Amino acid sequence: MTKKILIVDDEPNIVISLEFLMKKEGFAVAVAVDGEEALAKVADFNPDLVLLDVMMPKKSGFEVCEALRADPSRGGLLIVMLTAKGRDTEVAKGLAIGADAYVTKPFSTKDLVAKVKTMLGVA
Amino acid sequence: MKAKHRLIIAVIVLGLLMTGPFVVTSLLVWLDMKEAERSMLTGLLLSRLPVGTMMTLFGFVIGVLVLHKLFKQYVEGLLRMAETLRLMLGANRNFRVTIEGPPEVMQLAQAANDLAQQRDALMDDVDSQIATAKASVEEEKNRLAALMSELAQAVVVCNLDGRILLYNNRARLQFKALSQGPTSVAGGALIGLGRSIFSILEKNQIEHAREVIHQRLVAGKTAISNFITTTRGGQLLRIQMVPVLATSGEASEASMSGYVLTVENITRSIEEEERRDQALHTLTQGSRSSIGNIRAAVANLLDYPDMEAELRERFLHVIDDEVAKRSLVIDQTMNQFSDAIKTRWPLEDVLGIDIIAAAQRRIDDKLKLPTKTEEMDDALWIKADSFSLVFALVCLASKLQDHYDPRELRFRLSSTGKLAYLDLIWAGPAMSSETFYTWEMEAMQIGSETSPLTLRDVIDRHGGEIWYEREKAAHRAFFRFVLPVATPEIEQDQDERARGKGRPEYYDFDLFKFEDKSIDLDRKLSDLTYTVFDTETTGLEPSKGDEIIQIGAARIVNNRLLRQETFNQIVDPEIPLKPESIPIHGITEDMVRGQPNIDVVLPAFHEFCEDTVLIAHNAAFDMRFLQLKEERTNIRFTQPVLDTLLLSAVVHPNQESHKLDVILERLGITIGKRHNALEDALATGEVFLKLVKLLEDQGIVTVRQALEAAEKTYFARVKY
Repeated sequence: MTKKILIVDDEPNIVISLEFLMKKEGFAVAVAVDGEEALAKVADFNPDLVLLDVMMPKKSGFEVCEALRADPSRGGLLIVMLTAKGRDTEVAKGLAIGADAYVTKPFSTKDLVAKVKTMLGVA
Repeated sequence: MKAKHRLIIAVIVLGLLMTGPFVVTSLLVWLDMKEAERSMLTGLLLSRLPVGTMMTLFGFVIGVLVLHKLFKQYVEGLLRMAETLRLMLGANRNFRVTIEGPPEVMQLAQAANDLAQQRDALMDDVDSQIATAKASVEEEKNRLAALMSELAQAVVVCNLDGRILLYNNRARLQFKALSQGPTSVAGGALIGLGRSIFSILEKNQIEHAREVIHQRLVAGKTAISNFITTTRGGQLLRIQMVPVLATSGEASEASMSGYVLTVENITRSIEEEERRDQALHTLTQGSRSSIGNIRAAVANLLDYPDMEAELRERFLHVIDDEVAKRSLVIDQTMNQFSDAIKTRWPLEDVLGIDIIAAAQRRIDDKLKLPTKTEEMDDALWIKADSFSLVFALVCLASKLQDHYDPRELRFRLSSTGKLAYLDLIWAGPAMSSETFYTWEMEAMQIGSETSPLTLRDVIDRHGGEIWYEREKAAHRAFFRFVLPVATPEIEQDQDERARGKGRPEYYDFDLFKFEDKSIDLDRKLSDLTYTVFDTETTGLEPSKGDEIIQIGAARIVNNRLLRQETFNQIVDPEIPLKPESIPIHGITEDMVRGQPNIDVVLPAFHEFCEDTVLIAHNAAFDMRFLQLKEERTNIRFTQPVLDTLLLSAVVHPNQESHKLDVILERLGITIGKRHNALEDALATGEVFLKLVKLLEDQGIVTVRQALEAAEKTYFARVKY
């Protein structure tokens, strides 16, 4: 069965690359451009994994992550946080509130794909 | 019994001894004889009586003479010696016993003199040791004070009560800059000897720092404490506290007798730091997502070369877009933060002319090349590392000498906006830009002195530029150093230069013993802190609307007049000046307009006088002016007031005049200018210090006694 990935980022310039990349890798892809839309899309699209940007208008990635983790029915959802903030403290925070992985921009697309695949067990 | 009486008794005894046995024997023999024998004996004796009497008298006289001689030598001589010894003990140390009389007495005298000699040697030794110790303590004090006053850091020393014992010029300027009010309280109303540091810094923070030091002392760590505080004006100060420990005690709170505070105003550096951080942030964190976007797009383009043309176009567009955005950000950052991003080499604020003067001295010294100056902006401050800059100038001069042998060099200093131009000018042939380029990139050298830096390094270090330019018309050329202009944090104090007589009195170690804070009237006059002041007014009738136009004041702490801690303020009287009064006080309409009015000045003056006894000459006059403002300003001067006019009358009741000029002359005080409130206040202070000694001679020692004595004088009864 095709694994589903939700990309949440307000910057179209990264969304276009991620969307293209993940589709090429054979995943089903949906996109949300802010935190609120992300929560709605999770409910509709029911993804296996979320690529979640931290800095977003309306709801930050941290808030979205916390909201998702607060829902026990979504226990199996994988969350990869993407951020332009590289400080140790933020990485620690992301992992502490329940992200499964934390990737700082700029990142290697190969590494990201490898990571996503490992996490979804499709490698 | 007196010696004389004893001599008389001795003579009588001698007389009795010489005649007594003969008379008694004769009497006994006489009683035993028959009548015939008696008459025969009478006959025999009477005829020879004169001889016997003569012999007895002769013997008696000799006896008396011997006795007198012995008396003179042994009794009177010793008495005299005793007197001399007493004299030596008390009044005159150098007196000695005259060696005379019989051998025994002479020996005694000699021994006494030897003892005295020994004692004198010991006493001289003790005296000289005390003097040496005193001198060395004094020297140390002076050295410390001199050292402190030259320090670039602001330093304040306080006793445990928070009273300021010592501060340096930098501290004064630092705090003066903080106390930016409408009045120019020259010397700062805030800082002053004997004043409380708590008027400047938060008491709680000081107490906390002391606590920290105490704990560190107990723990055996270095006793030091740092804290950052904000002032009323929102400035940030970094304070470092170290304890002054009593030498005898062990390291504990009990032996801490005070503390040293070094104060640094970090407002500016913090602001700069923040800007630098912000710039750094914009350039790093801000780049992350952009680069991330580009990187992902590039990776896709590379990894999937056979993608559709439309998609490829979109990825290329992403790259183009992001790169354009980044370029813009970099430009903006550079513009905005150019100052903050500049080299972190520590540059100091120096006067441009000082740099040039230093370079001139070295050029003259090292190269024997005459130098001159042309247009010089002598108020131009630049940010520079003066050592490397002077080195670069001298190095260039040396190269010019080697290559072109100019007769002289000239310096010029000017500025436009934020840039300072320092020109090194010489007359001679044109030089090629290649030559100059080589000079720029070579390690600098002056004779045998070398530097690891090149001229270019020095220029870069200053965030500056240098170029070669020809003045064709004048047949000469110059090197132009472009350097950043500095806005000096603290301006030089002109007042002080004008007033600077001898070393500033920024220190008073005797205040270590200072404890009592409130004004105790029974304390000695010489122990108290005073404010001597004088006012200039529009006229002599306060009740008829005359107003104060100037207040001048200085402080007396521990019997010293502090010329650095002064208050000098012109006041706008808000009424026209009387033309006839202008020549007296020398204050014109122009000078008072734009100055603060009495509502502003009086509170500042009141603060300046806090916790002190007021002194003025003819104080009643000045106090009347102050009193009339009580209602309007809600400021009351409640402290005791001493009047030098009255005190002078106490000391010299028979003198006719007690005008300030006359007293000054009488007490042998010479001062320069007069009839300026500050100068008159300072003169009054000098008078007071002389009067304190004269009052002491009359048994007037405390403030209470001085006030009472002043009240009783004739002059006091003439109310103003």
